[in-house]
Amino acid sequence: MARAVTQQRKIINTTAAWAVGLLIFFPILWTILTSFKTEATAIADPPVFLAFDWTLENYGVVLERSNYARFLWNSIIIAGGSTILGLIIAVPAAWSMAFVPSRKTKDILLWMLSTKMLPAVGVLYPIYLIFIKMGLLDTRAGLIIVLMLMNLPIIVWMLYTYFKEIPGEILEAGRMDGAGLKDEILFILTPMAIPGIASTMLLNFILAWNEAFWTLNLTAAKAAPLTAFIASYSSPEGLFFAKLSAASTMAIAPILILGWFSQKQLVSGLTFGAVK
Amino acid sequence: MGQIQLNQVTKSFGDVQVIPPLDLTIEDGEFTVFVGPSGCGKSTLLRLIAGLEDITSGHIAIDGADATNLPPAKRGLAMVFQSYALYPHMSVRKNIAFPMRMAKMPEDEQNRRIEAAAKALNLTDYLDRRPGQLSGGQRQRVAIGRAIVREPSAFLFDEPLSNLDAALRVGMRLEISEMHERLKATMIYVTHDQVEAMTMADKIVVLRAGFIEQVGSPLELYHKPRNTFVAGFIGSPKMNLIEGPEAQKHGVHTIGIRPEHVQVSKTEGTWKGTVGVAEHLGSDTYIHVHETGLGDLFTVRISGDIPVRHGDTIFLTPDMEQLHKFDENGLRLP
Repeated sequence: MARAVTQQRKIINTTAAWAVGLLIFFPILWTILTSFKTEATAIADPPVFLAFDWTLENYGVVLERSNYARFLWNSIIIAGGSTILGLIIAVPAAWSMAFVPSRKTKDILLWMLSTKMLPAVGVLYPIYLIFIKMGLLDTRAGLIIVLMLMNLPIIVWMLYTYFKEIPGEILEAGRMDGAGLKDEILFILTPMAIPGIASTMLLNFILAWNEAFWTLNLTAAKAAPLTAFIASYSSPEGLFFAKLSAASTMAIAPILILGWFSQKQLVSGLTFGAVK
Repeated sequence: MGQIQLNQVTKSFGDVQVIPPLDLTIEDGEFTVFVGPSGCGKSTLLRLIAGLEDITSGHIAIDGADATNLPPAKRGLAMVFQSYALYPHMSVRKNIAFPMRMAKMPEDEQNRRIEAAAKALNLTDYLDRRPGQLSGGQRQRVAIGRAIVREPSAFLFDEPLSNLDAALRVGMRLEISEMHERLKATMIYVTHDQVEAMTMADKIVVLRAGFIEQVGSPLELYHKPRNTFVAGFIGSPKMNLIEGPEAQKHGVHTIGIRPEHVQVSKTEGTWKGTVGVAEHLGSDTYIHVHETGLGDLFTVRISGDIPVRHGDTIFLTPDMEQLHKFDENGLRLP
């Protein structure tokens, strides 16, 4: 029998969970609220929480001044492209690590993870120079490649964890049934790993969407995604908090909506293996 | 067709040799059982034949053609796994169709074979279910169905019944034996259960630590075990092996007598002992006898009608015709 949970305990737990949730969400909420204030109210001291004159003026100005649709499109292409390219490389890699491991597999996995410990700025120069040489500066293709490489260790790790849970005998049965390597990955492994692959995709898409270091440093005008769109409002002309907030809200809204609708998938994916 | 030949096959994992050089021929249409204690290499041997493991040296030929370096998909063998290994995301129909789909068989032929297999295996009502919605016995039948539809040159079974309960196991044992009669196909069956081996096999291969201890028909192994290991492994309850003075009377190192070849009397006999545990099976009773002066516990099998109780004194007389003799190396003497 499950442990009895008293009503009182339930209330305490629920309150605590909401408190922590709100604490984490508060900066985002504040940004959204600020986007509906005038510049004067935005920097008012003491700060105003809800009792202000709501205005859409900031959104109007932001939309007028910059081409939101172009930034959005760049973000979608870059985040989506790096995710798909990453999966194409990571699925076979994770397959081989999970099902035909060598003595060095564990080392390779750790080594891959260790690349995430290097501060990104440490490789900015070499990558910048390579980009210049190859004509990749301010191109979507260049960003797709860099972001894919940045997130590849995480994709491989996640997929590896999922694949490890799939019994090897099922893949062997496929081989006995006449499936070649391609058929095995396409018809047996991938369909069985769909939940895992979906949450990996989602997480990677979010990470790529929010990535600011490389997108800001390697783009100028043509390939700039929404992160650059936000940055353009923290500008030398002084601080315009309300407009900056409006731009931020517009940048995070698509991913927030995507995350909201797929939260179940995301949670089950991130706790996979930990909770049975 | 389905003759399988192993020629000087070895397998090592790292520095550990699990299969020393081994020769074996499995004839077309034969039901061969690999039997032995856990870790004897029987599953590894099966996986080498399947191609799921690479052999370290030697050759494997299937139907006379060299298959040593062929991938499993190209060997034309079908395998039934201990865990069934069904595709959880496919319906029963799609599971059974999978090998035919891989072979690019025409769809109507696929359907004809699925229907036929489903009928033979009592799966017709379950074709649209997923494996997760089936019982263990039904899953095993789907795994068998998946194996038979492509008409392989040989079937490989890797302990297919060990996940089933005792009653189902006996039923499936019969079904597999009947299937063998019907299809006349080569079958290789791996088990650690010598009862399965005895009841199903045309030919039994007894393995220990990768070595073949003996190859023969069930009755050959029962009547003429080549050494003390086979003598002790085949037959249930196991053969009584006696060393020391009693064996020396016969001029050998070890004598063996099966529990069913010993006469029991309350008044007179060759050896005297005390009844320990008596296991009543109804038709038979297994008696474990202490204090015989013959070494280990001595087991006899008598008819269930004879009443014996713990602590009774009984006399045992072996049937001299059925006495097995072994030398100091454990090898059978004529």
